[in-house]
Amino acid sequence: MSPVISRRSFLGRSAIVGCSLAASPLITPVSFASAPWDTRLVVIILRGAMDGLDVVQPYGRPGLAGNRHTLRMGPENGAHDLDGFFALHPGLGVLMPLWSAGELAFVHATSTPYRDKRSHFDGQDILESGTDSALGIRDGWLNRMLAEVPGMNREMAYAIGSEDMLLMAGDTQVSEWAPDAGYEISPQAELLMRTLMEQDPAMAAAYADASRLNAAGMEMGAMEGGKKRASASVKIAEFAADRLRGESRIAAFSIGGWDMHAGQDRLMMRTLKRLGTVITTMKERMGPEVWGKTVIVTMTEFGRTVKENGTRGTDHGTAGAMILVGGAVSGGRVYGDWPGLTEADLYKRRDLMPTTDVRSHAAWIIQGLIGLDRNVLETVVFPGLQMTDNPGLVL
Amino acid sequence: MTFSPELADIRFGCGLSPIIPSPESPGAMLDSLVSSDEMATAFPIEAFDVFRERMLIDREIIKKMKKTRGTEAFPATRKERRAHQAKARKDMIKWLGHEILRRVYTPSPMRERLVFFWGDHFTATGKRGILRRATSPYIEEAIRPNIAGRFEDLLIPAVTHPLMLNYLDQFRSVGPNSQRGVKSKGQLGLNENLAREILELHTLGVNGAYTQIDVRQLAELLTGLSYTANDGLVFRYKRAEPGAETVLGKTYGDNGRQTMDPIRAVLRDLANHPTTARHVSSKLAVHFISDTPAPDLVDQMTEAYLRTDGNLMSVYAAMLDHPTAWSTTFRNAKLPLDFVSSSCRALVVAPGIIQDMRRKDMRRIFFTPMANMGHIWQQPTGPDGLAEADTNWITPQGLAARIEWAMNIPQRLKPELPDPRVFVTEALGSFADSTVRFAAGAAENKTEAIGLVLSSPAFQYR
Repeated sequence: MSPVISRRSFLGRSAIVGCSLAASPLITPVSFASAPWDTRLVVIILRGAMDGLDVVQPYGRPGLAGNRHTLRMGPENGAHDLDGFFALHPGLGVLMPLWSAGELAFVHATSTPYRDKRSHFDGQDILESGTDSALGIRDGWLNRMLAEVPGMNREMAYAIGSEDMLLMAGDTQVSEWAPDAGYEISPQAELLMRTLMEQDPAMAAAYADASRLNAAGMEMGAMEGGKKRASASVKIAEFAADRLRGESRIAAFSIGGWDMHAGQDRLMMRTLKRLGTVITTMKERMGPEVWGKTVIVTMTEFGRTVKENGTRGTDHGTAGAMILVGGAVSGGRVYGDWPGLTEADLYKRRDLMPTTDVRSHAAWIIQGLIGLDRNVLETVVFPGLQMTDNPGLVL
Repeated sequence: MTFSPELADIRFGCGLSPIIPSPESPGAMLDSLVSSDEMATAFPIEAFDVFRERMLIDREIIKKMKKTRGTEAFPATRKERRAHQAKARKDMIKWLGHEILRRVYTPSPMRERLVFFWGDHFTATGKRGILRRATSPYIEEAIRPNIAGRFEDLLIPAVTHPLMLNYLDQFRSVGPNSQRGVKSKGQLGLNENLAREILELHTLGVNGAYTQIDVRQLAELLTGLSYTANDGLVFRYKRAEPGAETVLGKTYGDNGRQTMDPIRAVLRDLANHPTTARHVSSKLAVHFISDTPAPDLVDQMTEAYLRTDGNLMSVYAAMLDHPTAWSTTFRNAKLPLDFVSSSCRALVVAPGIIQDMRRKDMRRIFFTPMANMGHIWQQPTGPDGLAEADTNWITPQGLAARIEWAMNIPQRLKPELPDPRVFVTEALGSFADSTVRFAAGAAENKTEAIGLVLSSPAFQYR
């Protein structure tokens, strides 16, 4: 087998294994008493570059106010005070009970190693590959991590949604599905279809997953027949929670809409509310026991300019913020070293200075949840990373 | 690996048609790009110039709404606005129908493919209000007439088009030291979005040798570009940042910023930059031939580009002249629109079936299935347009959506489905292998047989 050259060519290896409907693990749950670990990790990629300064607002020190005219901040403008220094944007107000319960935390002034060119697409590739340059990226850090875990099977990790996620791509088989997909054909057509698909490895692999999940989806659809159609992001949240309540341990998906060059005030409120609903939906649907073992982490390709631009928005910047939420989060804290916002404190006199590497936090979360060896994290999962001291993000 | 009429239609066109002959030579394919545009007349799409009238009407209704707020006349005005918006939504989906029908009946199918390619290269959509319906009119006006000229003659109309200025926030970008900027006391200022995407996506590409300073300087140079519903593109020099700007080491605007000339000059230089030549050639090769095009194919196209100052006809000719253009080992998965429209072409769907469809059915039959295949028509997730790599399209969920469409939709479009054993040849020509022929004959009914042919790898790749 040739080395992996594209995000999904690895699927070719799984080809026609176990695609018969009766064998679908979702219809006839297979018991996995010996799942190698029991915690749950959800990675949400926020595409478009979330403005960390607007979400977790450093209202306690001067600096930001002079740079932003229409993007108001702090408790006097409706934000929720977190610790006297930072305040949470009102759009995420629904998460405040989790902050009080110690299940919500943030990491501020953090970024990937990507600098200066500020391209969304390169920025996202670097974020998802976990490497320090966009060149020669072929797989995602979450996939490389899965390869290091013994007893892994495909059902344990899900990439959800209709897009291709570099984060989950690589040698290890994972499941991919969008809650909206589905079709009905006769058993005869199913047989013929399989024969046709065998002619092309990529299509055969995609078809094997499609027919397996299609059958499961038909079941799910039948169960929830009369229900009002939820929004796409809520459906993804529900699907993810359902998988994680079962034998899945890892789920990843993305939420777009963070590129707010103009009219950020309005956009941020709407987009954060959507994110808040995704998180509360997952919590509710997972139930307290599974939620208690869960860390949901959001990551974005970079932050945005400290100064508001001329169109009531912000342009591409450098350091941003991560959101950590779940019963296994050591919450009620804003982590990270705060670099300050005076002009001399800024990166290239325009952006929030990154003081930590996003990958280091992700590595410590994996270490805390799954117990992977630090050496593996620094060489295989995030090659070239030097992890900082353990910040204790996970309980 | 020599020219094949069937492959010409499958790879560079809109698929095989039982009623329209395939091109006889690469020369015929190129000639067809400059032939008269019959499809634009047969299946019209409103030009943006005409669409502006809708913007004017919308503005008038909004004015009236403001004036009548709180009075008895208000509900009627609001209703008027809703009707105006509903009309635009309805027409937008009608234009999708015409985009598909052009592909079904065109005798110059490569033109349709190129219009789509360049429309995607210059992805733009309105951010709010009625402008969200203006993508087809933008493509009809800024892209379609310019696909066979020089790259700069495509670049300039596209990136200075009102829709692009709206999509990438340029219309609100104001030079901080311009008359307008100074007067606003810091309330108005620069927005880098369009400048960055011109360098990163439209011309040099992200690996081009530009820096944040070039982005900034280009953003300052672009200030003043704006539009109105009355006039379309306008240049407001009062918003233009005074003084010269340096982009990639060359200075622009040192003779003042009263006109758009310095902006045209920088765009022409960017269009003719060797890095742009390679970026554009490589993107074409990836789109039409393979996710991993042969290096000498891209070299050959880049050379043609540079030799002719970006004459796209010679770039296309260089592409068709390369042996890999006619190799069947390098194949690309069809994009969702290519899949559904080539199915319609093979089925010869009658124009009336699509033209008379209600909006709801157009959504059910085309828009929603394509979204499930991964392409939300004219609602781009970013200015970088659609992904090219097959791995983005041949996914479990994407393939499930293709199968669902192939199994359920053809009978809606073609009440009397053809004999599958004939159809397999009409749709695939000599690419109909024994497996797909067998499946077409062995399925338990016509619907599933057609569905199997359209789902087969032979039909899904080009």
